[in-house]
Amino acid sequence: MRRSVFIAGLAAALVLGMGVFGTGRKGSVTRAQQKPSTMEVKIDNFSFGPVTLTVPVGTAVTWTNRDDIPHTIVSTDDPKAFKSKVLDTDEKFSFTFSKPGTYPYFCSIHPKMTGKVIVQ
Amino acid sequence: MSDKTKDELLHDHNNDGVNRRGFLKCMAWAGTGAFCVMQGGVLKSYSLSRLSELNTTDANGELSFVQISDSHMGFNKPANPDVAGTLKAAVDKINGLSAAPEFMLHTGDISHLSKPEEFDTVDQILKSAKPKDVFYVPGEHDVLNDDGKQFLERYGKGSKGAGWYSFDKRGTHFIGLVNVMNLKAGGLGTLGHEQLEWMEDDVKHLKSSTPIVVFAHIPLWSVYPEWGWGTDDSAQALAYLKKFGSVTVLNGHIHQTMQKVEGNVTFHTAASTAFPQPQPGKADSPGPMKVPADQLRSVLGITDVNYVQGQHALAVVDSSLA
Repeated sequence: MRRSVFIAGLAAALVLGMGVFGTGRKGSVTRAQQKPSTMEVKIDNFSFGPVTLTVPVGTAVTWTNRDDIPHTIVSTDDPKAFKSKVLDTDEKFSFTFSKPGTYPYFCSIHPKMTGKVIVQ
Repeated sequence: MSDKTKDELLHDHNNDGVNRRGFLKCMAWAGTGAFCVMQGGVLKSYSLSRLSELNTTDANGELSFVQISDSHMGFNKPANPDVAGTLKAAVDKINGLSAAPEFMLHTGDISHLSKPEEFDTVDQILKSAKPKDVFYVPGEHDVLNDDGKQFLERYGKGSKGAGWYSFDKRGTHFIGLVNVMNLKAGGLGTLGHEQLEWMEDDVKHLKSSTPIVVFAHIPLWSVYPEWGWGTDDSAQALAYLKKFGSVTVLNGHIHQTMQKVEGNVTFHTAASTAFPQPQPGKADSPGPMKVPADQLRSVLGITDVNYVQGQHALAVVDSSLA
């Protein structure tokens, strides 16, 4: 617990630092005062919901498999930005997006299932 | 289905134009497994639930074998909490066939999560089947996490690449293909260049009168691409088989029996021994279909194939586990 508080503090300091010494983008300070956010993607009926998820940098995205069939979350990029192990029913996978960009992904077992995360 | 004619599908390639009306596509009787009988040139398919009504000449041939598929050992959701029990029922059905099949084909998804104990359980159950030889191809559930390494170690002895191979039985040439590896985002099943080249070479020197049986997990015809029920480069594979008079393609994956005849090729998918899936497009997704417990075994099954020399096709019989 103490450790995570420390890390959160460190991250806040880092972002604050960027706000002061970096580009000075609007909103940096505000964001730094918030906890790193978490966003959810649910897998239902062989599809990712939402199919496209837009999140700020630093967001942890958690996928939850709510189907009776296993699925995976695998980055389509080369090299792969992320790759989950096989998720059975109700299992989760999380990945924290630390760089802006568009991250397409799919289920490597059912490749018709595709989605993307846009990190801004 | 109460009508017997709907339980038996007869495709006669020797008699061009009688049963082959361009594209013949049959949604076969929801809810049966298959018994395949190869009787020279004729692909016959019988519902196993009707098997007792078959006379012996219908069920016999020079060669008979059984296809089982999609055992999904390890699956324990409401659609079937006892997949070991239904696999055992499939073995009982096979052992009860009047003409003992020579061997079995398993068209993949042996396991649900590629766990060693899941494969072990299937191996153990299949040991009690009368046919001792089992020829496998992997389903996508058999190659999770390790790119198919475990599958190859267990079942891929003597195979090439990701596990493809061919063999001959009583004049029929069997080709086991792998179309569940290296799947691409947005795509369907895939065979890949290396396997296709191997296949072209494999059939090159065969006489065109040789009956061919191709088996693979994902259908090699476009059943329903929206659900991924097809193989991107299957047309290339089928092109290599154009010269042959009799080609039978046996697949699994879609957990229901379906048949289609296209030119010299008869396509057939087998029922699962574990759980049914919905008809194409008839549900939000291809997920497991929950049916009342007393009906479950009627929608699971096995396929028995019988071949008689002198004609050109196979007889395929599906039977339910009920």
